[in-house]
Amino acid sequence: MSPVAEAEARAASTVVSQQFPQGEAAVKLDRKRSRRGVLFRLLFLASLVVAVLSLLTLLYTVVNQSFGLTALESTIPPEELIAGLGLPPETALADLEADSLVSILLEHVSRNAGRRLERDQRFFEDRLVFEPQDSWDALCAGPDATPGCTLPARDQASIYQLVLERVVEPNVVATWSFTESMFDRASIEAEVAADFPNAELEFRSWVSASFVRSPQNPEPELAGIRTAIFGSLWVLGFTILFAFPVGVAAAVFLEEYATDNRINRLIRTNINNLAGVPSIIYGMLGLAIFVRVLESLTSGSAFGAGEAGGVANGRTIVSAGLTLGLLVLPVVIISSQEAIRAVPQSLRRAGLALGATKWQTIRTHVIPNAAPGILTGTILAMARAFGETAPLVVVGASTFITVDPTGPFSKFTTLPIQIYQWTSRPQPEFQHIAAAAIVVLLVLLLALNATAIILRNRFQRSY
Amino acid sequence: MELVENVPMVDIATVQSPPVSTPPPIAVEARGMGVYYKAFRAVKDINLDCVTNKITALIGPSGCGKSTVLRAFNRMNDLIPGARVEGEVRFDGVDIYGPGIDPVEVRRKVGMVFQKPNPFPKSIYDNVAWGAKVNGFKGKMDDLVEGALRQAALWDEVKGKLRESGYSLSGGQQQRLCIARAIAVKPEIVLMDEPTSALDPVATLRIEELIQELKSRYTIIIVTHNMQQAARASDFTAFFNMDEDRAGYLVEYGRTEDIFTKPRQQMTEDYITGRFG
Repeated sequence: MSPVAEAEARAASTVVSQQFPQGEAAVKLDRKRSRRGVLFRLLFLASLVVAVLSLLTLLYTVVNQSFGLTALESTIPPEELIAGLGLPPETALADLEADSLVSILLEHVSRNAGRRLERDQRFFEDRLVFEPQDSWDALCAGPDATPGCTLPARDQASIYQLVLERVVEPNVVATWSFTESMFDRASIEAEVAADFPNAELEFRSWVSASFVRSPQNPEPELAGIRTAIFGSLWVLGFTILFAFPVGVAAAVFLEEYATDNRINRLIRTNINNLAGVPSIIYGMLGLAIFVRVLESLTSGSAFGAGEAGGVANGRTIVSAGLTLGLLVLPVVIISSQEAIRAVPQSLRRAGLALGATKWQTIRTHVIPNAAPGILTGTILAMARAFGETAPLVVVGASTFITVDPTGPFSKFTTLPIQIYQWTSRPQPEFQHIAAAAIVVLLVLLLALNATAIILRNRFQRSY
Repeated sequence: MELVENVPMVDIATVQSPPVSTPPPIAVEARGMGVYYKAFRAVKDINLDCVTNKITALIGPSGCGKSTVLRAFNRMNDLIPGARVEGEVRFDGVDIYGPGIDPVEVRRKVGMVFQKPNPFPKSIYDNVAWGAKVNGFKGKMDDLVEGALRQAALWDEVKGKLRESGYSLSGGQQQRLCIARAIAVKPEIVLMDEPTSALDPVATLRIEELIQELKSRYTIIIVTHNMQQAARASDFTAFFNMDEDRAGYLVEYGRTEDIFTKPRQQMTEDYITGRFG
């Protein structure tokens, strides 16, 4: 470079550097820039705080409703029944022998009501309590034979439940939330003493072992979620059975075999769009296809396995599971595709260069290496299916059933459906059991996710 | 081997059948080969004979298609969507792109080692055993694994930890593991695509020594960016360059010592003396 050109270049460079702010102005600009940075940082922090607060409020509301004081009025207090049997007053009703419980029933339940109970299920294998032997034999020999003729006898727990329902009849007359119960106990006690002199005030956890174990019941104090838990698990089982293999297989095909042509691109785009379709629409789809068109399959009548009398029609666990399976299928496919795409190309090449076939390479290298990612996506999809309500309402979940599902062709209800039903009731007790059911739902979800994550981590560790 | 040493060097690139009474045995030969990626012609008119049990180095500037040529020898280009090969690549007298030829069969006989060490995320043992297993190996797997690791000069370093992950090894060891894995399926040819470019000089030297030992059993074709490596470690050298239409072509092919000491093409001389590339 000539000296002249060099000088010119230097001058030009000076001109350019003078176009940046100098001295005071530079300091000011720097301050302004860093202020803006701080502002945005605060904005992001605020968003996080809002999110955390909303979550905490949600948890607080649920917990607040799940525990609290209740005023119970029993038609006949359990102490009276214990005393009537001549037992020491510290004996608990729940611990009594079946014999004593039946004698309480015999004393307090009308003959006809007792007969009905016995015809549903007898109290003892060896003797009858309410029904005379001859009319029983006639009944069981005749065309109107009732379940009691064949079922085994009731166990102690079920008889105790009958005593509670028919004799003690605990009746919740007033309830309070957890915070009220904690901080305002004195005024609650005064209120109970004034308004319900016969009532007993007790601190009640609406989430309890009996709540989880009992079936649905019109009385909120006795209602439980056993049926709903079984229903949810059955439905989820069919969802996994359908969505996991189909989703993973479709993802493998799209990523490993499909060529990059117009049709396949269209399919890929549409799978992404399907993931955003509102769940109620899947409900309509499930209703149209599984409940109506495929009724003979989903009701089990094609296999001769349907419920007696075909009460469930196509509104069975299979239909619900397949509907939810369709709902989460796009999510499973997309997350599996991403996991498969993340497997380094070098592994596929290494496999193929050794003379392995494409399928051998996919089976030994691609799928195992994508498995943790596939499982993560599936876990998230299953959590979503577990909490879905809308499509099941459309597919026809039962709102009130008290029998556990017995198989894929049973009528069913699920936890979210149960919660939805209860929250729409006006009585405050139902709000409490809805909150309790939410607690159980959350715990179950956490347990399911934890199991899946542990499984996934174990998978990951083997190289 | 003696045989080859005594043959006066001829220009294999331009002569279809060398005018000598006893031509060296040829492991793989390309005849009028060209490779297209969709409409783009990556290499054209390649005529190349790789001599059995010799090391052939493919050199040339970036983008001249030497890796493409290498991948054409075991149909790895098939994996690239839109890739297509014209002309013939004859292996044991059979065109590997002919009708009814299964690329899986070709790749079993023509193994490959890649630029970056890419062991499977499995144990060292399984890395070596897997290829044999999927190819239906019925013999004693332990012996096969040991033999392959010994040939790859890795046995002494890993014999105590065969169950550990292949990733627990250093870069150079991983590359030797990949070589062991490739030779465990008993290929006839081993293709190496810049096998030392990701390694340090010491590991590079070990791989080069290993390649020298392996040539008694395998025909080796190696792509390298490193001209010293080609000069040190190969018997034959093929120099590629890019034409005006950006398609790579073979400029000159011959004995390595001839290419590096008395190249016949000006372009070759310019390249090996570092004037371009």
